[in-house]
Amino acid sequence: MRKNQELMMKLAIETKQLTKQYLAGKKGSPAIKDVNLVVPAGTLFGLVGPDGAGKTTTLRLLATILQPTAGNAKVVGYDTVREAEKVRKQIGYMAQFYGLYPDLTVKENLEFFAELKGVKPQEKKKRIKDLMSFARLTPFINRRSMNLSGGMQKKLALSCALIHEPDLLILDEPTTGVDPISRRELWHLLTEVINQGKTILLSTPYMDETERCDLVGILYKGEILTVGNPKDLIANLPFEILEIEAKPRKILRSTIIENADVISWRAVGDRLRISVKSAQKSKPGMTKALTKNGAEILNIMQVKKNMEDVYIFLVEHNRGN
Amino acid sequence: MEYSVEVTGLTKKFGNFIAVDNVNFKIPKGEIFGLLGPNGAGKTTTIRMLCGVLIPTLGEIKVAGFDVVKNPEKVKKNIGYMSQKFSLYHDLSVEENLQFYAGLYGLDGNRKTKIKELIYSSGLGGHEKNLVRNLSGAWRQRLALACAIVHDPPVLFLDEPTAGVDPISRREFWEMIYSLAGKGVGILATTHYMDEADFCNTIGLMHNAKLIANDTPTSLKSQIGGSLIEIECDQLKEAQRILERIPGIENIALHGALLHILIVNDKTKKIIDAELTKANFHFQSEIVQPNLEDVFLYKVHSVEKISIQNSPQSSEERVDK
Repeated sequence: MRKNQELMMKLAIETKQLTKQYLAGKKGSPAIKDVNLVVPAGTLFGLVGPDGAGKTTTLRLLATILQPTAGNAKVVGYDTVREAEKVRKQIGYMAQFYGLYPDLTVKENLEFFAELKGVKPQEKKKRIKDLMSFARLTPFINRRSMNLSGGMQKKLALSCALIHEPDLLILDEPTTGVDPISRRELWHLLTEVINQGKTILLSTPYMDETERCDLVGILYKGEILTVGNPKDLIANLPFEILEIEAKPRKILRSTIIENADVISWRAVGDRLRISVKSAQKSKPGMTKALTKNGAEILNIMQVKKNMEDVYIFLVEHNRGN
Repeated sequence: MEYSVEVTGLTKKFGNFIAVDNVNFKIPKGEIFGLLGPNGAGKTTTIRMLCGVLIPTLGEIKVAGFDVVKNPEKVKKNIGYMSQKFSLYHDLSVEENLQFYAGLYGLDGNRKTKIKELIYSSGLGGHEKNLVRNLSGAWRQRLALACAIVHDPPVLFLDEPTAGVDPISRREFWEMIYSLAGKGVGILATTHYMDEADFCNTIGLMHNAKLIANDTPTSLKSQIGGSLIEIECDQLKEAQRILERIPGIENIALHGALLHILIVNDKTKKIIDAELTKANFHFQSEIVQPNLEDVFLYKVHSVEKISIQNSPQSSEERVDK
């Protein structure tokens, strides 16, 4: 794709049996267990999983904020425990509840992080200016960060994480609680960061965002279920999707639940989204059954599979086992 | 028709700042009203006024038949409110939190049965004695909802109840909301997830303090001024650059790994196909049904176009107050 081969050869992150257990002994269960993760340099890697799966723990371990109980992690070529200082110099980390100072202005926040990260004074001014125009925050440079909108605060936090020109960004849910328009803007910025040859590891609850990642890892109960390119993950799903809109909804639901072809179903707005072995083969039978039961079909069509289907399939499959 | 909420000419000013500007809407009993809008549009201020926490500058609010300004205490007994930052006590257990809220609302004799019932219906069974501190976000969310409905309120306000929660927990949460609506509860919810907005009976879209749309999801989708083309392409960014130069394209937006392009004249599709073929890209293009994210972007862009023509300030200048 957009990456050159040389860049892909290097690994930005490599973990081996990475494990973290907060409570010692039999009392605690590990938050993450034997996680083996490989992120090639220049990749946009998305980490997803249910709440409590261990996403934040993983990101914190990689950002050298936490110490692993077992296993190890190499980040930008350095060990996160023995060479934590070196790792920190080359990564930018943005926590979910970002550490901006609410009573400092946009500029003061950036200056603070620049000093913290040891940016040379002669470079600091230019970096701040560049980042402000990059994040389109220049007009707000003297506004206190508590008076910024949610989307703008996220952009400022991202700029603070970028102040020392890190090679790798680790972002914990950078778009949570942000409206669709600001979300687009943030993604535009992330794409630019990737185009500069940097690596990004992020977590997100938005499945549409994972479709823009080069690689997606699904974390469940502290273990990695799968890692892959979104296109392959979608293509490998062992079913097809039919979407049906029909009135009354009650009859639509009861008819679908009874139908033997249905592998799984869920409501999506006013439609039902149904997994079947073959959409083409199941469509006539379902149409017939719905009509027979007295439903008026407004729409029945095969639609594309997406990452939400992948996520739900994998997580529910593992939940069942 | 009986209404759970009736809002007429609602306005709130903070000094010179107009946070909510002449907003009107009604929520019939048993229906779900989705309040959407960019960060800082005035959604939370509106909900606070509906709860009787904030006094409106102008206008009238009736909740569960009571005037909120004249009878704030009556209103408070008849509403359930779940805020973005789930108001739970972290050092109390699941059961103790429910007992606390039951006491607060003056629940008498049947308190024990009620709490048991809620623990069962929210799927919190087995977690009764767990401290909130040790619960994952998805479990806290369920508990927060249970606490908000401990007194069986006929009206429920949910302010971003699902921010940061994974798709499966979100779906389960919405099943609970559906069943409450089925019992006749009128519900107002804000969300940044456009797929959730699709679950609502009616959607109100707020922008710069005004309600710029108030309609059913189906009807909103039909209001998009043209046809929507979805493009899958191996070189998405380059494709976007080429398409930006073609006249007759109203809007281009990234949707996951796809481009959504709004055209007014269906003939423009031929030009798009020809240009992408000329550039030697591998691509697929088809006319698709717009989703609510398309509607959101379309509506906000069209009012911003008008406001940019009228004033030099963009919506970026607005802040949360």
